[in-house]
Amino acid sequence: MLKISQLRANVAGRNILKGVDLEVHAGEVHAIMGPNGSGKSTLVQVLAGREDYEITGGSVVFDGADLLAMPAEQRARHGLFLGFQYPVEIPGVNNAYLLKAALNAKRKAAGLPEVDAYEFLSLIKAKMKFMGMDESFLSRGVNEGFSGGEKKRNEILQMLVLEPKLALLDETDSGLDIDALKVVAKGVNSLRAADRSIVLVTHYQRLLDYVEPDRVHVFADGRILKSGDKSLALELEARGYDWLREGRVA
Amino acid sequence: MSSKAPDVEDLLTRKYQHGFVTDIESDSLPPGLDEGVVTAISHRKREPQFLLDWRLKAFRHWLTMREPTWATVHHPPIDYQAISYYSAPRTSADAPKSIEEVDPKLLATYEKLGIPLHERARLAGVAVDAVFDSVSVATTFKEKLAKAGVIFCSFSDAVRDHPELVERYLGTVVPPADNFFAALNSAVFSDGSFVYVPAGVRCPMELSTYFRINAAKTGQFERTLIVAAEGASVSYLEGCTAPMRDENQLHAAVVELVALDDAKIKYSTVQNWYPGDEHGVGGIYNFVTKRGECRGRNAKISWTQVETGSAITWKYPSCVLKGDGSVGEFYSVAVANNYQQADTGTKMIHIGRDTKSTIVSKGISAGHAVNTYRGLVKVLPNASGARNFTQCDSLLMGSQCAAHTFPTVEVRNPDATVEHEASTSRIGEDQLFYCLQRGVSAEDAVNMIVSGFCKAVFKELPMEFAVEAQNLLSVSLEGAVG
Repeated sequence: MLKISQLRANVAGRNILKGVDLEVHAGEVHAIMGPNGSGKSTLVQVLAGREDYEITGGSVVFDGADLLAMPAEQRARHGLFLGFQYPVEIPGVNNAYLLKAALNAKRKAAGLPEVDAYEFLSLIKAKMKFMGMDESFLSRGVNEGFSGGEKKRNEILQMLVLEPKLALLDETDSGLDIDALKVVAKGVNSLRAADRSIVLVTHYQRLLDYVEPDRVHVFADGRILKSGDKSLALELEARGYDWLREGRVA
Repeated sequence: MSSKAPDVEDLLTRKYQHGFVTDIESDSLPPGLDEGVVTAISHRKREPQFLLDWRLKAFRHWLTMREPTWATVHHPPIDYQAISYYSAPRTSADAPKSIEEVDPKLLATYEKLGIPLHERARLAGVAVDAVFDSVSVATTFKEKLAKAGVIFCSFSDAVRDHPELVERYLGTVVPPADNFFAALNSAVFSDGSFVYVPAGVRCPMELSTYFRINAAKTGQFERTLIVAAEGASVSYLEGCTAPMRDENQLHAAVVELVALDDAKIKYSTVQNWYPGDEHGVGGIYNFVTKRGECRGRNAKISWTQVETGSAITWKYPSCVLKGDGSVGEFYSVAVANNYQQADTGTKMIHIGRDTKSTIVSKGISAGHAVNTYRGLVKVLPNASGARNFTQCDSLLMGSQCAAHTFPTVEVRNPDATVEHEASTSRIGEDQLFYCLQRGVSAEDAVNMIVSGFCKAVFKELPMEFAVEAQNLLSVSLEGAVG
């Protein structure tokens, strides 16, 4: 599904990604953990096609296509979804409107007919119910005046509606209380499927208590330092990150 | 990075859609302006003596005036002698009495503009007094309006059929000597619209007029006068598009609104004059004086404008709140892209007691454009209990544009309440990227973000106009994000 080879990228002239290798197969859930400032968020932003990053080397193949050759909106239509760490507010644009435009852009790209307002409403209402969201949400501005938890829930809702092949969730668990965390986890788990991959970027083990990863990677200093199964996450929780870096230097 | 985001420049340089010229011979006066030209216009229109005298007085006053320089706009000097002050389609000699009689080329022009007149008339229930250049060529729904007692006609027809009303109200809100451009308009105005809604009558339909400049080097000088008598109400829609031209065209309109006791006038504009090309060449100079007077108690005048066109916009739709308890409103979206210059805003003059005004202004700047909000809220000593709320927001797209806000508040009554809110923001990379990441194209994303920004104004527009306004914004805004 996703194969990243020796990916390097600069932000404002500073080298942030220093040769990332990662392969995620269809049906897998991966967790990327690591200290603040290690480049985790940069990695997912680069994958999603954010412009202000300069790719200086490497390649990314996504579902058989050269990901880096596609502009951001095409990556999205091709099935890549990024759940943002800090979802932005777009005042005056209602949630339903944006999401319907997004869904139809994707369907159009796939040669499918667009959904009309009626079909869309019944679809989104079912998903909202699943996510425990109030219907008033539909007519509110995109993330406008949302609490941190509501924003994250909204990201998951969008993911459920867009049904991506590859979901990158950037610290979707941060700032959530335990109930919200469970709802988010429920949303993520409901999307697990044989033809779909999920990459969770997180600081903490606690999300992984609810969403069980197939692989766990430790990200530090712009690359993946160590990979393992879910027990690695527990080990990180217990020992922190320093032992890994020290080990590397030694 | 190796992938390329949608090229904003491409979107920015999209050509003006309505840039075409209809090949119709014009019956025009040669360029130049003197008392002879003013007299010739008046004679051609077979006007009564009072109007000729009025024009000449305005012209003589204009000669003593100078172009105002206080606005934040720059343009080469206008040669008023190089302009032809009258132009009428040839076919108007035997004026068409129905749409079938209208020159098919004119109809085709409307077609291109997306204004299917007959369809519009039938489906939308909108009366259209279509001004093509200077002479009205088609008027629909006249009978229905006549039945309600509403007079809706071209200004020329009003002068001919209702001279007493014209004489009574013309120039009472915007006197000929009001300002340089109003004086010029008063001297040479060619045509425009006239509306009179008698006491107690609610106008049975939205009134709409489409203006379009077509003849080269012909300035257009409309004169619009709308009077709502006691307890009457009317909603008037004005929309403009102009064909592509290399030379600047002068447009100096005057609109006067009079609302008597308990009357309501809602005036909506979508303005899309040719803005010039991406290098700032050509485009309309739009120097407009629009003012409404709430002359009676509890009268209400509401201006809503969506300004996307013109090389220069100089326009301040204002309300004079004379009657006690009267209400003035101004809702505005002004878009300036490329090298456009917009200096627009409003004046709310509180004279009567318990008068209320609301100002919501949304300015959008892109490219190298300069967008200025200029507003005045004035509360005179007798206006006890006056209230004003002002909100001015500016949205910047790219790094070469500018936004200015000049709100002036003069309060001479201690009992008044004046509130002002202002904000300036930039279309965030973050907002744009968020939409792109959801698969929405850059163009749609920008339209969406901008529409969201303008929502408070769009919701004031009549439904069919709101749709048109959204379309216009997407044409003029061109995904202008840097």
